[in-house]
Amino acid sequence: MTALSRRALLLAPALLAALPRARAAEPRRIVSIGGAVTEILYRLGRGDEIVGVDSTSQYPVEALRTKANVGYVRALGAEGILSLRPTHVIAIEGAGPPDALRLVEQAGVPVIRIPEEPSTAGIAKRVEIVAQSVDAAAEGAVLAAEIAEGFAKLTAAREKVTRPTRTLFVLSLQNGRPLVGGKGTTADAMLALAGATNVAEGLNGWKPLSDEGLIAAAPEAVVMMAHGPSGDAPDPFALPAFAAIPAAAQKRLVVMDGIYLLGFGPRTPAAALDLIAALHPDQAGSMQP
Amino acid sequence: MSVAAAPSRPLGRTRLRELFPGRRPLLFAGLAAMLVMVGIAALGLGATRIPAARVAAILVEAAAGQPTQGGDVLIVLQVRLPRLLLGLLVGAALASSGALMQGLFRNPLADPGLVGVSAGAALAAAATIVLGDALLTPLLGALPFGLLPVGAFAGGLLTTLALYRIATRGGRTSMATMLLAGVAFGALSGAVMGLFSYVSDDRQLRDLTFWSLGSLSGATWTKIAAAAPFILPGLVLTPFLARGLNGLTLGEAEAYHLGVPVQRVKALAILLVAVAVGASVACAGMIGFVGIVVPHVLRLLAGPDHRMLLPASAMLGAALVVAADTVARTIAAPAELPIGILTAAIGAPFFLWLLLRRQGGLVL
Repeated sequence: MTALSRRALLLAPALLAALPRARAAEPRRIVSIGGAVTEILYRLGRGDEIVGVDSTSQYPVEALRTKANVGYVRALGAEGILSLRPTHVIAIEGAGPPDALRLVEQAGVPVIRIPEEPSTAGIAKRVEIVAQSVDAAAEGAVLAAEIAEGFAKLTAAREKVTRPTRTLFVLSLQNGRPLVGGKGTTADAMLALAGATNVAEGLNGWKPLSDEGLIAAAPEAVVMMAHGPSGDAPDPFALPAFAAIPAAAQKRLVVMDGIYLLGFGPRTPAAALDLIAALHPDQAGSMQP
Repeated sequence: MSVAAAPSRPLGRTRLRELFPGRRPLLFAGLAAMLVMVGIAALGLGATRIPAARVAAILVEAAAGQPTQGGDVLIVLQVRLPRLLLGLLVGAALASSGALMQGLFRNPLADPGLVGVSAGAALAAAATIVLGDALLTPLLGALPFGLLPVGAFAGGLLTTLALYRIATRGGRTSMATMLLAGVAFGALSGAVMGLFSYVSDDRQLRDLTFWSLGSLSGATWTKIAAAAPFILPGLVLTPFLARGLNGLTLGEAEAYHLGVPVQRVKALAILLVAVAVGASVACAGMIGFVGIVVPHVLRLLAGPDHRMLLPASAMLGAALVVAADTVARTIAAPAELPIGILTAAIGAPFFLWLLLRRQGGLVL
């Protein structure tokens, strides 16, 4: 009893000193988990308040260079996050393990979860929740308007596409075997935004495609992700099966940055516009308003 | 008491005072010192810098039932301490199970996975991750959080029981049949796992990958409370099998004629392994290397006597897993490495060095 009260007495001044600081002057310390979350925070002008990001926060590039890296989005450690003394943890849905984030919450740090939904409405919802959680309602409204305007422009451009291009999204070409984006993937959603037909929509998720399946799908264009800083992608048309598809005749290969293309963040309308322009070089002139 | 002294009672029984043979006081003292040092390091090191004196104060206050408040208290009591305890349990379970299996199968390559428990647990975990979403979410709204470990534990246990039934004819278990049935089941479960990863979506696939790498990151007091009742009895009972396993090294028939209750030793060993490994896989995923190499390290250091081997394996396995976890969560702080990488990275070079130094064949 005496020990307890003595400790309470010792702690009291420390607590009193800590409280008002937490209320007013203490700057926010955000741990941002998920590439889209980090991107939105930077766009809201809250980049300075971020103290840690996860390893999928590849854009903007400075995020991983200047902030502490708390590891892969699904293999986080509670102590690692807490060691950054965060005031907010903003995490994409699916970050984990759940027990680690639960411990962070137990330590009194609010964990704000951002839904994962690759759609126009999903992006708006993400921006809204992130903006709310960092007291950036005004900036959030501006960003949301910007994104909505981007999508309006995108819709106009999409409507000008007279004939949808039959397109195949190739995630990787391991051993010459293509891993392609079927239904329910972010690639499928992106092709839809760009007004292209996904020739792999018969598949569910990311699936390897056989040579015969590839020839039967007969894509008119192939979209791939740029690998590494050089922005290269392996040339698929060197492979026999790819040489037999319509896309090979005109070498219609679109290579774009993966996070830009599939990140479903603020840059998505621009990425979809770029994809339309790349798929329809002939219409590119009429595309610009 | 030495092995050479002719026993006047059946070899299969081990008396309590023989469990820690007096011939190896140095080895056990060394292992105990190692455990204490590793334990202190695990509590004192981490992404957050907490002075050693403060860690000690927090522990003393908590032990006295007067926990104070504060961020560092939570880190010590809710993050580091559960991880330490889970690491001790899992490491001890995996390594002593490995020693049991190598003795039982009389095969230096035997590991706890051989009786199907890891494959069964992995299969059940994959089924939970991939099918749980589709089948249970509509029924329950959301997946109950404890479903994966419980499913993995049940899967491991059921698989082992099935293999045991397959290998047992007329009250006699053929270890060769069990081994081959285990290989067949491993292939089958590999095929089904492949199918699961084919039909899984992006997120489920990443869950599968990380589950198979193993981690103590999700250690909580709840998990320890759930795992301890399955692991601790096994650790207590395992040394009692030592004399039986020593007899078995001569061959099954020879052991039988020496008075070893062969069938009972087999059944008990398989049950203990299935329960202990099932519980540790369910809590920490698949942590490789510990089960197979820790017993060999001890054989190289101190010989093949199971009375030494079984308890010493548990101690060294516990120390290795805790040490690996401590490195895993500090080396890339604030990020974490999968622990399986580190158990192998710490243990394998040491094992190779021992092999090189010995130059002789492995004694089992």
